[in-house]
Amino acid sequence: MKNMPPETTPFFARDRAWHPPAFTPGYKTSVLRSPQRALISLEGTKSEITGPVFGHNILGEFDNDLIVNYAKPGEMAIGERILVHGRVLDERGVGIPGALVEFWQANAGGRYRHKKETYLAPLDPNFGGFGRAITDENGGYFFKTIKPGPYPWPNGVNDWRPAHIHFSVFGHGFAQRLITQMYFEGDPMVWICPIVKTIPDENAIKGLIAALDMQNTIPHDMRAYKFDIILRGRRSTFFENRKEGN
Amino acid sequence: MVQPLTYFKESASQTAGPYVHIGCTPNFSGITGVYPEDLGSGSLVNDKTRGERITIRGFVYDGVGTPLKDALIEIWQADADGFYNSPSETRGKGDPNFFGWARQPGDMATGEFAFETIKPGKVPFRDGRLMAPHVNFWIVARGINLGLNTRMYFSDEEEANAADPILSRIEHRVRVPTLIGKRDGAVVTFNIYLQGENETIFFDI
Repeated sequence: MKNMPPETTPFFARDRAWHPPAFTPGYKTSVLRSPQRALISLEGTKSEITGPVFGHNILGEFDNDLIVNYAKPGEMAIGERILVHGRVLDERGVGIPGALVEFWQANAGGRYRHKKETYLAPLDPNFGGFGRAITDENGGYFFKTIKPGPYPWPNGVNDWRPAHIHFSVFGHGFAQRLITQMYFEGDPMVWICPIVKTIPDENAIKGLIAALDMQNTIPHDMRAYKFDIILRGRRSTFFENRKEGN
Repeated sequence: MVQPLTYFKESASQTAGPYVHIGCTPNFSGITGVYPEDLGSGSLVNDKTRGERITIRGFVYDGVGTPLKDALIEIWQADADGFYNSPSETRGKGDPNFFGWARQPGDMATGEFAFETIKPGKVPFRDGRLMAPHVNFWIVARGINLGLNTRMYFSDEEEANAADPILSRIEHRVRVPTLIGKRDGAVVTFNIYLQGENETIFFDI
């Protein structure tokens, strides 16, 4: 990718039947926070196809190791040790280098380190619950963490979130900006979660479930899960001689 | 039979949830010692930045007028001359003292957000016409299933706004003011209404 000129074409239109709609009454908080009027369509201008670039200088040595990045010296977070890895790609299958990926999650007991969190599961004094990475030249990223626990949340009287990790991803254009969640292969809680069920398409849900990846498991240390993230693709440049202004 | 089109589908969005601040602004949420500072949290302006200093302030309101206290707002804008600080900006080089991107959480007690930045210059539309100065917004929060995109234009740019290719094609003129930040001196107030009579115009970009 290093030798490729920066891309300046607009992105593929977003498939809004694939994403969750704004109004999803099964997820109660969406009811008053969902725009009701039609979005106004705007084909990508410079404002949408450009985006910030983050340098590796923002990264600390342990930003992608949640097991130790908040722990006291010599100590580690408690829980099932896992490696999460994958690539950030676009819809064309092209790896996206230099993409900032941020992640956050509950601890092994399903408790977040947050003032407004009231679940009775204990905090782990050695677990902060967040980290970040910048993708390599092929779009690859990885981080070490502990597997988060499921937890109850106030929606229905007995609603539970499946184990999940939140992801915030920057591509190369502001229109690619995406926040999503990663789920774990084999977890029956995924299919009964009201937030997962905001997604109308079963295949779109499957696209958020990370596979157990025994090939990349580190023997006697941690298991691996593979999670690829797909951002919007870019149209091809068929007409390079187009007049400047786009 | 035809050749298959081998495109992937974009990863489906999920809400940022109530704890987005843990991941994106951990110091703000009280978790210190991991990141030296929250990314995008400071002023966008230093002594050498070109352009007119402004502060953008506002609230994000839900459908019954309650300000969100758990929203995260990001902005992306051109420099004073209308250039983005991005590799995809091929018309010229952006001001090296202006990054152009920032993010702020709404205040935990009141919900108000604030950005210290500069007023952007005009950026050309795809056909070469100039768009009026604007700041691109992206809003996520608990209860928002897919990040919302909007733009803030400026109330002191009436002429440019009237000629703006996007503002001028909005059919329901009564909604256009939802995209205009109200300028009073160096402060520009931009409130975002997720729903209701004054629902902000959001874009499918």
